[in-house]
Amino acid sequence: MSPPSAASVAGTHAGDARPDVRRTPEIGRSTPELRERLQRIWETKPGLYGWLATVDHKEIGIRYIVTAFVMLVIGGIEALIMRVQLASPEQTLLSPQQYNMLFSTHGVTMIFLYTSPILSGFSNYLWPLLFGSRDMAFPRLNALSYWIYLAAGIFMYAGVFVGAGPNDGWFNYVPYAQFRYDPGLNIDFYSLGMIFLGVSTSVGAANFIVTLLRMRAPGMSINRLPIIIWGTATASFANLLIVPAVSLAFFLLWLDRQFHTQFFQVPGGGQPLLWQHLFWMFGHPWVYAIVLPAMGMVSDGLPVFCRRPLVGYAPVALATVATMLLGFGVWVHHMFATGLPGLSLAFFSAASILIAVPSAISVFSWIATIWLGRPVITAAFLFFSSTIVLFVIGGVSGFMTASVPADWELTDTYFVVAHLHYVLLGINVFPVMGATHFWFPKITGRMMDERLGRWSFWTTFIGFNVAFLPMHLTGLWGMPRRVYTYPVDMGLGPINMVSTVGSFLLAIGFLLFFINVIRSRTRGAVAGDNPWDAYTLEWSTSSPPPPYNFAVIPTVASRHMLWEDQLGEPDERSNLEEGFILDHGKEALATTALDAEPQRILHMPEDTIIPLLLAAGMLVLFSGMLVRNLPIAGVGALICAADLIAWFWPRASLLERGPAHG
Amino acid sequence: MHPLGYLSGSGAQTASVVPLMWFMLIVSILVCVIITGLVLWAVLTKRTAVGHRSLRKIALEHSEGVNWIWIGLAISIVPLLVSVFWTVAVLAKTGTVPPAPLTIDITAKRWWWDAQYRDGVTGGEFRVANEIHIPVGRPVLLHLRSADVIHSFWVPKLAGKTDVIPGQVNAMWLEADAPGRYRGQCGEFCGAQHAHMAFFVIADPPQQFAAWERQQMLPASTPASAEATAGLAFFNQRCGRCHSVRGTPAHGSFGPDLTHLMSRETIAAGMLQNNPASLSGWVENAQTVKPGALMPNQQISGPDLTVLRAYLETLR
Repeated sequence: MSPPSAASVAGTHAGDARPDVRRTPEIGRSTPELRERLQRIWETKPGLYGWLATVDHKEIGIRYIVTAFVMLVIGGIEALIMRVQLASPEQTLLSPQQYNMLFSTHGVTMIFLYTSPILSGFSNYLWPLLFGSRDMAFPRLNALSYWIYLAAGIFMYAGVFVGAGPNDGWFNYVPYAQFRYDPGLNIDFYSLGMIFLGVSTSVGAANFIVTLLRMRAPGMSINRLPIIIWGTATASFANLLIVPAVSLAFFLLWLDRQFHTQFFQVPGGGQPLLWQHLFWMFGHPWVYAIVLPAMGMVSDGLPVFCRRPLVGYAPVALATVATMLLGFGVWVHHMFATGLPGLSLAFFSAASILIAVPSAISVFSWIATIWLGRPVITAAFLFFSSTIVLFVIGGVSGFMTASVPADWELTDTYFVVAHLHYVLLGINVFPVMGATHFWFPKITGRMMDERLGRWSFWTTFIGFNVAFLPMHLTGLWGMPRRVYTYPVDMGLGPINMVSTVGSFLLAIGFLLFFINVIRSRTRGAVAGDNPWDAYTLEWSTSSPPPPYNFAVIPTVASRHMLWEDQLGEPDERSNLEEGFILDHGKEALATTALDAEPQRILHMPEDTIIPLLLAAGMLVLFSGMLVRNLPIAGVGALICAADLIAWFWPRASLLERGPAHG
Repeated sequence: MHPLGYLSGSGAQTASVVPLMWFMLIVSILVCVIITGLVLWAVLTKRTAVGHRSLRKIALEHSEGVNWIWIGLAISIVPLLVSVFWTVAVLAKTGTVPPAPLTIDITAKRWWWDAQYRDGVTGGEFRVANEIHIPVGRPVLLHLRSADVIHSFWVPKLAGKTDVIPGQVNAMWLEADAPGRYRGQCGEFCGAQHAHMAFFVIADPPQQFAAWERQQMLPASTPASAEATAGLAFFNQRCGRCHSVRGTPAHGSFGPDLTHLMSRETIAAGMLQNNPASLSGWVENAQTVKPGALMPNQQISGPDLTVLRAYLETLR
């Protein structure tokens, strides 16, 4: 495809007073001079200030990934301590209070501080590269989203370190979470931390959505989006709808606890079940939000190693959206035992069983892709293809719990513990480990070690299954979840020992993986631009990519931009050599929502420390709320207000003083 | 072997649930085996030994293979639909309480279970803790209340869970087909001693149940020995604020009713065998046995403990 006519860009806004962005952008090729000019424009200043102020999506993405992996390690250590306590019956390594805080903190850490942020990290890093764009739509908001995530994580873990971590499980049922039964600061740390973290999730989601609608390279119509884009975009739309529900729930709980409101308090006419509805209206779609992008990683990664396009792109893309739509209608399956009327249970049960249909589409697509391809067995391929098996195991156990009468027995037993770990490790951790192997060369410019990669895969895979496959049986034998110990005569000792052994093997697998990551960063083989001979746009730029990502904005004519010749695509070719130059400052291209026609030139913001200061101000504000100290909260609020004023102060360089126009 | 296992059951509820459970379990295992087999087979037969750099892509029609997705879906949807209809059928069957049930009021407390029986004819009533007797072959309707936080009533061999939620009365029914001691367990996390919030449903043949009921209806007998009498006085002064013994001034309702304590096989919510040694140990050191339990350690001197135990042993 030839680059789009420049006149069309200028023409859209004829008559505007600002010649700078209304100009006709030059079309050209990438030259050393251009690259040097762009480097000067886009690079982050060296030094501490530059490090703190950067708004580069790649830097932010890496920070997300590193922080989330740190949380994974912390959550993993918590899990190992619990597994030691449970290795045999009637052990007293942990007091019940310690155990209850550990299992709650483990859940909160993994579900809120690892699974979602790790995907945000990869998406942040990859989206503009997959789109042929120079950055996310709102780079400063992107930085804010990371800093708030970090601050909220520190806030919640501050509670853990002073012995006031969450201790009522991650879904935090009332009235146990009320002040009367849980008077420490534990639940206050958790409640405020979740509201705080919700800001990060929400602004991140808004940023992904606008980026999706505006920042794609010319020609990247929605039927040419990689599946990971479908996954993250779907998750982001969902997050905007569901995070308010959980933030509200935690806010009301905090009011109940600290200001004696009665939203969930029975004596004042409150309803414990209101909490459960608000939480699971968020909680269940959230489960899909933390697996759909990871399923996208598999859908985009597998074809590269199977040396053929994904079988059934359109069904898989639509199944992603369908899963989420159905996912909004199944939250009551967490509440089957609460005494709701049978008719509503039947509806939610049927929906929960039938949600297997869109999931099955992805599974069959992946199998067909391997079957009809020529799989090359790399470590990344092993992680991606094992996801299929783990996903199916997690899927069928979900199918069993979807049936109300079966769920009345299965719920709150180790069967559910097994189920949720197959879902979260199988469809989040394993794809993420595969994605790390896959995109590591792009991110660092070096390959991860294949041999060590295989060792870490097999150790992780075997350890995981030894730990969690028997847990199905532990559950069917009646072991309730969230117990700090169990009696000898339950017959559950040996099988728990097996799980504990498996969990340590799993931990060794993770250890090997992290050793590989750390070693390969400096000692790995140099990768080159496209070491896997992959097909999407990120592989057309250098490894690691320059700060501006692409010297010229590519023009896209198919879904497999780098495979067009080999696949014998019948029509036009993508043009990666020649395109808009956009070098009059920090500029990016906006395109139309569906067809990705060029629309206007965007001026992107410079690096700024304001997002960091805003997150810090919010941390002070939330700390003041936690200890109910008005001066501290006031100072925090003032910092936030000052930051927002500075943030929104109109800047001519960003055309924020231009006349209003469409 | 596994007192809480629910792949087999002995109740009218489990009679319809267990087959559904097995059906779904077998379907699930088959699906896992088939999918794993397909993946393994595909990888092993199609793998290429060549290093990835030297590979060429295969030019293929994009739509090739999509039919496999639809075939897979068509096959999958059969067991899914069977499960949906089977589920709804079991729901309909277990959803209605059979006629003429025995009604028992259960109150869940941290971390034990209170059961109140009423005689419909005489209006007499009594309470027991953690050991709930029922007659074999007769449906039993349970009204579930919570005194504090959410718990879940679960006797896996007889029926699934029903949550016990403050502010609402949930109802469930169960029926035992065979006599036996069926272990139950709180199913919803409820705090420090959730792990030890066990109980038993004891299914007796009807005559035996009737005899038990008559016995439980009686107030505690007046102790005969001097030692036990001293123990009663000590009990009233020391324990009566939390515990009840019908026929004495002790009428606290915070802890279990102890009127016929010695008729129970276990104490401390199914945790300890009910014998003199564990009874003394529990009274003196409840916090060591169940850290966080609401029964405080009693600093009782040797002679007081001896008379107290002598009295408790009269509560037959």
